[in-house]
Amino acid sequence: MIALNVNGSRYELDLDPATPLLWTLRDSLGLVGTKYGCGIGQCGACTVLMNGSATRSCVLPLSALAGAEITTIEGLADANRGLHPLQEAWIALDVPQCGYCQAGQIMSAAALLARKPHPSDEDIRVAMAGNLCRCGTYGRIRKAIHSAAANSTQNQSGE
Amino acid sequence: MPPGRQTGSSSASVVSEFNAQIREKQYSGMSRRKFLNLSAASAGGLLLGFYLDSSSEDLAAAHHFQPNAFINIRRDGAIWIYSKNPEVGQGVKTSLPMIVAEELDAAWHDVTVLQAPVDAEKYGPQFAGRSSAIPDNWDMLRRAGAIARTMLVTAAAQEWGVAAADCSTANSEVQHEASGRRIGYGELVDIAAALPLPDAAAIRLKGRNQYKLLGTRIPSVDNEKIVTGTPLFGIDTRLPGMLYAVYEKCAAVGGRVAAANLETIRAMPGVKHAFVLPGNGKVNQLMPGIAIVADSTWAALRAKSSLKVDWDESAASNDSWAELSTKARNLARNPRGERLLHTSPGIERAFESTAKNLSACYEYPFVAHVTMEPQNCTAWKTGDSIEIWAPTQIPGSWGGERFSAFPFLIEDLGFARENITVHMRRAGGAFGRRLYNDFVCEAAAIASRVDAPVQLVWTREDDIAHDHCRAGGFHALRGGLDENGTLVAFTDHFISFTADGTNPVDGGAITGDEFPATLIAKSEISQSLLPLQTPCGLWRAPGSNVIAFAVQSFLHELSVEAGIDHLDFLIDLLGPARWLKPGDARSLHTGRAAHVIRLAAEKARWGVKREEGRALGLAFWFSHSAHVAEIVDVSVRNERYVTVNGVYAAVDIGQIINRSGAESQVEGAIVDGLSAFLMQQLTIEDGRIQQSNFDNYKILRMSAAPPVEVHFIESDFPPTGLGEPAVPPIAPAVANAIFSATGRRIRSMPLAAHGFRVQ
Repeated sequence: MIALNVNGSRYELDLDPATPLLWTLRDSLGLVGTKYGCGIGQCGACTVLMNGSATRSCVLPLSALAGAEITTIEGLADANRGLHPLQEAWIALDVPQCGYCQAGQIMSAAALLARKPHPSDEDIRVAMAGNLCRCGTYGRIRKAIHSAAANSTQNQSGE
Repeated sequence: MPPGRQTGSSSASVVSEFNAQIREKQYSGMSRRKFLNLSAASAGGLLLGFYLDSSSEDLAAAHHFQPNAFINIRRDGAIWIYSKNPEVGQGVKTSLPMIVAEELDAAWHDVTVLQAPVDAEKYGPQFAGRSSAIPDNWDMLRRAGAIARTMLVTAAAQEWGVAAADCSTANSEVQHEASGRRIGYGELVDIAAALPLPDAAAIRLKGRNQYKLLGTRIPSVDNEKIVTGTPLFGIDTRLPGMLYAVYEKCAAVGGRVAAANLETIRAMPGVKHAFVLPGNGKVNQLMPGIAIVADSTWAALRAKSSLKVDWDESAASNDSWAELSTKARNLARNPRGERLLHTSPGIERAFESTAKNLSACYEYPFVAHVTMEPQNCTAWKTGDSIEIWAPTQIPGSWGGERFSAFPFLIEDLGFARENITVHMRRAGGAFGRRLYNDFVCEAAAIASRVDAPVQLVWTREDDIAHDHCRAGGFHALRGGLDENGTLVAFTDHFISFTADGTNPVDGGAITGDEFPATLIAKSEISQSLLPLQTPCGLWRAPGSNVIAFAVQSFLHELSVEAGIDHLDFLIDLLGPARWLKPGDARSLHTGRAAHVIRLAAEKARWGVKREEGRALGLAFWFSHSAHVAEIVDVSVRNERYVTVNGVYAAVDIGQIINRSGAESQVEGAIVDGLSAFLMQQLTIEDGRIQQSNFDNYKILRMSAAPPVEVHFIESDFPPTGLGEPAVPPIAPAVANAIFSATGRRIRSMPLAAHGFRVQ
């Protein structure tokens, strides 16, 4: 049995330790928000947070996850406060076109904002370099990250 | 695979997804139909009609008002609007219902958009392609909304005992101004449902100045699901007891299975079935291969990587891009191809009396679609029926043998048409790839042999190896200028490919009236076709996306040769304002063309010289009834490092439906077209595509994506689609800018092959 912590829940799974986290999430746990795009860590569609860092789940075997806290797109919103500021910004600025890569984009951006609440354009370019968008929504992604950063600050100062 | 033992909070997503699908089915189980011909002539001159649901008694009993297949108003005031076409990222799931809501005078926050069932009898053709959803459905959807609004007004007038003419509507309410009374649509449901349908001639549509919703920014209706990871896409489909499949085909198309280690595969963990499908030899349907069905995607993938197949390649492709290129370049020495599509009398003599002549050969490689969501399809055979969940551009029988899965499902798998149910699922990108339903045919063929629902997923490697590629091509161009620098003679010999020996491959056709032939005194368009087995397909703005590169780059070359500013040269070429096909308001209008060119120039400050190594490039293209000009601001450092500083797009698509969606399509098309121009190419040797995944087939990343300014010229012309037409101008605009910045003329894609690096 392999123990897994995902979105605050603990799972015990009888799976091959070589199974990538991506397919465990999608096929065993029914968490299909994390997407398959390339299987080789090149496109970023499968990005999740592992102990807060953006990680490609398609090349992350269960054997490497002992004790790790995994957050997927389904676990990004806060049960009390609602959607994450990035999710709100993504909706308000109408970022998605097809939408398939966006869960991965948002998870990469979430890791960035957690580390650096007020990223520069250059910070965003570096942090988002591993996430492909075939529809070309990069301009809106950049704007949405800045917008979420600004809104988070406002919310905090208001509290 | 059994779900893991959960010790934390429960995850109900599998069950809720399934329930949602069951609900969707119930929605689609609408009451009996009768056909009403609304006799509204569409732009194409066809009569539009649609089925209007049911008898009034049925509807009243159901506590909702459903005057037609697009609208269902509930007693609680909820307004359901059905979106008829597949959503693939082009935004129709939001924009089509906006048209209905506008004429219905529904408040957008009352509207819930539902994906319509696949039902051609109710909805007419349902597909995503040709940037046609908006123009093809514009009249019908407006009328659908207006009919419902008219009936609601009648219902309120009856209720109040006033004249309908004294009532108006706004925000999902009917108002009677004289008495100040107002009533919500939900409260009128029972009365409206009992009314006869209004006379078609009595339906009044709004003028553009009356619009409240159209032209505003409405975020996509699926955004919240997308950003929370809610199941939505084809690949997210989960059904009870579902198995997971992969399908291995010969890397060289046409290869057949001679032998394979199926016993070994069947013994692998999680594998439930492994079998050979002989296929029917049609690349748009089912090619030979080996299906592996397992209890998880990972188990299927692992088994696939252990598969050892002895392919019989006696009938397989041995296409070689290197050899084909050599043959094509030889053919390109001749300015005239074997097929003459258009020629002006005296074209040869025309080049003898010109002041200057210029020849150039432009070429471009094969490229892949690489939709971010790889091809996948879920199918479930029960008895003699099959149910399919597919992220496809063509979910129904529209398109026939060439595109639809239906001929295969009926003729090869033996399902009766009425026993086939297809559910549209949101597609993670399409770009023309999902016009071809090979992945649907494969899933159905596999599911037909398995006693469970099956989800087939292609790997990214499968997706590139078995794409229906954008075909490469070669254009041998000649232009003749008179002493004033006017283009007076032009020829294009287009060398493309044929799979059947007769017709050009999809995306490899050209017409005799292709731009700019009909604008020039003497012109000729001809074509030569080389045999090819590699499957080719339509790719976002087919034909246009590459012909524009050749033609609009060459026109810039000619302007330089003539010593005339590129903008002036293009405006002169367009000539007086007129429709190029008189009477056809969906054809190129030279005045609208000149207008977008001038607007882009104004926004980009055309004519203002930039610093050394920095320049602007311009291109115009008309496709899908849209006029688009793009100007690119490029810097080149050390004759090698290219930065696209910005792109200015001017677009005339008539009226704007959803401003956010429209701008987004232009922004995205520019990044997409840049990606292809700057860095993409497939090479083919021994019948095999040599690229395999995103490590050796690149897509533009955020770091190289330029800022894009989008400017619309809005008019009363009926709206046209915008999924494709902003792609074609970008490649020539960048190539022209690089010439102006460096003096180097780029006559082939991708730019990376010329030693340039993009930053």
